[in-house]
Amino acid sequence: MVMQLKGYGHLAPGRLDAVFAALADPTRRAILTRLATGDASVTELAEPFEMTQPAISKHLKVLERAGLVSRGKDAQRRPRSLEPGPLAEANAWLERYRKAWEANFRRLDGLLERMKTHEKNRDHDKR
Amino acid sequence: MSGPESVTLTLPSDREVALSRVLDAPRRLVFDAWTNPEHVPHWMLGPEGWTMPVCEIDLRPGGSWHFVWRKADGAEMDMRGKYRDVSPPDRLVSTESWGPEWPETINTLTLVEKAGTTTATLTILYPSKEARDAALKTGMKEGMAHGFDRLERLLGTMV
Repeated sequence: MVMQLKGYGHLAPGRLDAVFAALADPTRRAILTRLATGDASVTELAEPFEMTQPAISKHLKVLERAGLVSRGKDAQRRPRSLEPGPLAEANAWLERYRKAWEANFRRLDGLLERMKTHEKNRDHDKR
Repeated sequence: MSGPESVTLTLPSDREVALSRVLDAPRRLVFDAWTNPEHVPHWMLGPEGWTMPVCEIDLRPGGSWHFVWRKADGAEMDMRGKYRDVSPPDRLVSTESWGPEWPETINTLTLVEKAGTTTATLTILYPSKEARDAALKTGMKEGMAHGFDRLERLLGTMV
């Protein structure tokens, strides 16, 4: 199990809260997925979601507060861009969480194999 | 990244953390491995070098469970809770707590079988968003400050 926590120094606790809160909503995750393919204006983002622009703007504010999305310089379009930093750090943390459980599940794989063999032998002996 | 043996970790709502993994066995065996005190200490161990000297399971609604882990340095960690729903072979709901200063979580295990393989999903529900985020944060902050003890505890709460 890997327990090293290097690289988390710059992720402020309040920011991590905001990132996890932002990621908890499916629309906001979809917005991030869309922005991962390229910058987009609020109008462009509103289209696929069947939501009003103000509703999308609300979600974008949450994403901006979490540092996940930034606004472009173009005054007319104000294109939104994905900011990969906080997402990568939150992911890295969750990745360690996940890895910790992988060790448990690998041991469970071994146990289940033994249980299956045991059952097979028992059934065989019965015959 | 993803394959049949990788663990999927998600945040399904702002009070939950969920883990999912495909296992190459029918779900009745997975349920047994997860709930039988003869099996649990062989795999539900967390980091390398830990053992589980105490594994008490009273597998019925309202029944208690109590696990103690012993780390390589001899320090022990204690966790307990009660079963709420015991429905083999596909569902197990239990409460879990490390003690009064830790939030009690409700853990739901669901087992879905398909062609002999089982998808195990463990969902941990915290009493509030704040409690979940605090748990996530604690693992990060305290882990750095206290030789990873709390992080290890936190990882243990996902059992």
